[in-house]
Amino acid sequence: MLQKKECVAMLLAGGQGSRLYNLTEKTAKPAVPFGGKYRIIDFTLSNCVNSGIDTVGVLTQYQPYVLNEYIGNGQPWDLDKTYGGVKLLPPYQRSNGAYWYRGTANAIYQNLGFVERYDPDYVLILSGDHIYKMDYSDMLRYHREKGADCTIAVIDVPLAEASRFGIMNTEPDGKIYEFEEKPPVPKSTKASMGIYIFGTGVLKKYLAEDDANPSSANDFGKNVIPAMLASGAKMYAYPFTGYWKDVGTVQSLWEANMDLIGEHPALDLRTPERRIFSRNATRPPHFIGRDGKVENSLITEGCEIYGTVINSVLFGGVKVGAGAVVSDSVIFEETEISEGATVDHSILDCRIKVGKNCVIGAPVSEGSAITLLGADMTVDDGVKVPAGTMSSDLSKEVK
Amino acid sequence: MSVTGIIFSNVHDSNIPELTRLRTTASVPYGCRYRFIDFTLSNMVNSGVTSVGIITQENYQSLTDHIGTGKDWDLASRAGGVKLIPPNFTAFAQNSRQSTAPTRLESLKSATVYISRRKEELVVLSDCDVICNVDLGDMIEFHKKTGADITLATKKTVLSAEQAAKNIIIRSDKDARVNDLLVYPKDLTGEHDISLNIMVMGRQRLLDIITDASAHGYTSFNSDVILRNLHSLKIMSYSYEGYFACVGSLSEYFACSMQLLDPDVRKALFGIKNRPVYTKIRNSPPTRYTAGSFVSNSLLADGCVISGTVENSIIFRGVTVRSGAVVRNSIVMQDSVIGAGASLNCAVLDKNVVIKDNVVLSGHESLPFYVPKNSIV
Repeated sequence: MLQKKECVAMLLAGGQGSRLYNLTEKTAKPAVPFGGKYRIIDFTLSNCVNSGIDTVGVLTQYQPYVLNEYIGNGQPWDLDKTYGGVKLLPPYQRSNGAYWYRGTANAIYQNLGFVERYDPDYVLILSGDHIYKMDYSDMLRYHREKGADCTIAVIDVPLAEASRFGIMNTEPDGKIYEFEEKPPVPKSTKASMGIYIFGTGVLKKYLAEDDANPSSANDFGKNVIPAMLASGAKMYAYPFTGYWKDVGTVQSLWEANMDLIGEHPALDLRTPERRIFSRNATRPPHFIGRDGKVENSLITEGCEIYGTVINSVLFGGVKVGAGAVVSDSVIFEETEISEGATVDHSILDCRIKVGKNCVIGAPVSEGSAITLLGADMTVDDGVKVPAGTMSSDLSKEVK
Repeated sequence: MSVTGIIFSNVHDSNIPELTRLRTTASVPYGCRYRFIDFTLSNMVNSGVTSVGIITQENYQSLTDHIGTGKDWDLASRAGGVKLIPPNFTAFAQNSRQSTAPTRLESLKSATVYISRRKEELVVLSDCDVICNVDLGDMIEFHKKTGADITLATKKTVLSAEQAAKNIIIRSDKDARVNDLLVYPKDLTGEHDISLNIMVMGRQRLLDIITDASAHGYTSFNSDVILRNLHSLKIMSYSYEGYFACVGSLSEYFACSMQLLDPDVRKALFGIKNRPVYTKIRNSPPTRYTAGSFVSNSLLADGCVISGTVENSIIFRGVTVRSGAVVRNSIVMQDSVIGAGASLNCAVLDKNVVIKDNVVLSGHESLPFYVPKNSIV
């Protein structure tokens, strides 16, 4: 017996995230590690749960193994429900053929059957590559109050950056009268966060129309939203204030990690409300040695620090040897920085072995570019990896 | 061969009265993020024991909260999983409660229904305060190979008189068959095999022992069952060689906790491949160190914010150390707050304690200063 759900969330997690280079070589972008013990998708999944949404379809396509295993039965987020919960939705074959997801809108269109199983009044569309804490139930309330066909969450961005975003131009009451994708001369600073609420009927209608249009790229931002506006649909912008960051590039991923540290971090993970849940590895507490020094950093369980760590985020099980110095860097799980090595302004993926006295990257103060090393690399003792190196340029064993 | 587990959660409640005033021995916090019972539960789970009954008597709210459905130990299972076995009081026999600090044998009487309904052939019984990483699978193999009726896990340990008086000493012949057992001996020192209070035996054997004990009014497993049956049963000693912490008092709790600062001890307890120690998941964020923090030779869990100085200390989840505060040689349990400029030395702070700004507390390693749960100092 099916039970009706008021709102079903559809989380777009199929993107390749090619601007994250090696980090997404074998991992879909939403499964990229973030913030010491999380993966990017933890934020949207936790937001759903913290907003009372217990039915989430996760649309996967690119490199799904890590993401599938990570989400599993949804238990870490309390999404292991008898009815509802989190479901992985890869592309599938049907009687008239088999198709990859051709765009964000097409991915949802191909899974309307999933949505219909829960007979929801509303569908919440999310993307799995943003870091933020948001109460979707407040957005849903706004959507109902406005009697909207579609509500789009927007955030104020600096005018100078507005031309990098999809910009909503609105009436004073929030009604959207125009949408401009990356406008050269922006008229407003209300940037779309890629979060949409639709009435289910409205969504089905416009997705069907979009699918029938052979020239459409089947993308919400590029096609569906403009088409809805053109046909006079009631569309509202829901203003979000708070921390929000697109972590689609190596630079923005690094910045978002840095936003977690400091006396008053831009994004405080420790607040009791809207907690972020994640799948926990089983590791003992972390240890700071007698000559260890840690300042302005996040350290996670299983770390052993005998050297110096400054302005950095260390994931579980990272080892920093005596005399090693890690500054302004993000070090993923189980990576080992040997004695005397220096790591500056870098992102190091999982299980890397950095040899003794290696020099990775260069200080931020020298205006260096970020250095990125991919998973499972070994860097021989004494090797210098210049700032700005992307490990796709290197072999797995750097001598 | 299938094995079920039984854990006694209350047996040593009187050892550390400070920490067990509001909780069972099983739920005493230990090692930054664990509770005593996590070690025993993990040993069982890591050895393929998938059904565990935890016998409780009183004060078990914190234990129920900690265990939850058992899913953090992969013990949320229809086929077995973890079950709390509360005392068997009935409305008609209010006086069935025999003593406030029941022995293992007395607690087992309330678990007979549970034990008789299990299907496993063998049962492994363990106390809850056994801080070690023992391969019970190997012990069970030993039990089967030697054709033992009962196998006791032992460890060769150098004891002080105080420690000996809180331990069971096992003596065995060259074939490891137990030939004598001393219960809490006085004036004994030196190297002896102490009982880890982990036993393996047939499930039916255990039921027979409980029935016989009821009939004869026996109360002690060691004095009444083991000692009386040294000749009629084949009782073997399984020698465990790994790390074992013997926590019999608050000062021993303090000393054993501090041993965790030794990398070799951590390796022996937490670093054994495929034998991790599980605990309740709390979803704390990583620990945040601010610009003025100074931390040395310390073990810290997730969820803390450290702005002051921490040396030679054990810091549990969610602790806040404000700037200018100094925490030395201390144990600070979950969610406690150390105010700016405060100073601690050889203190044990229970959960949720607030030390106000500039307060100075100091104990001695032989007599740590204990601050009860929820205190504001």
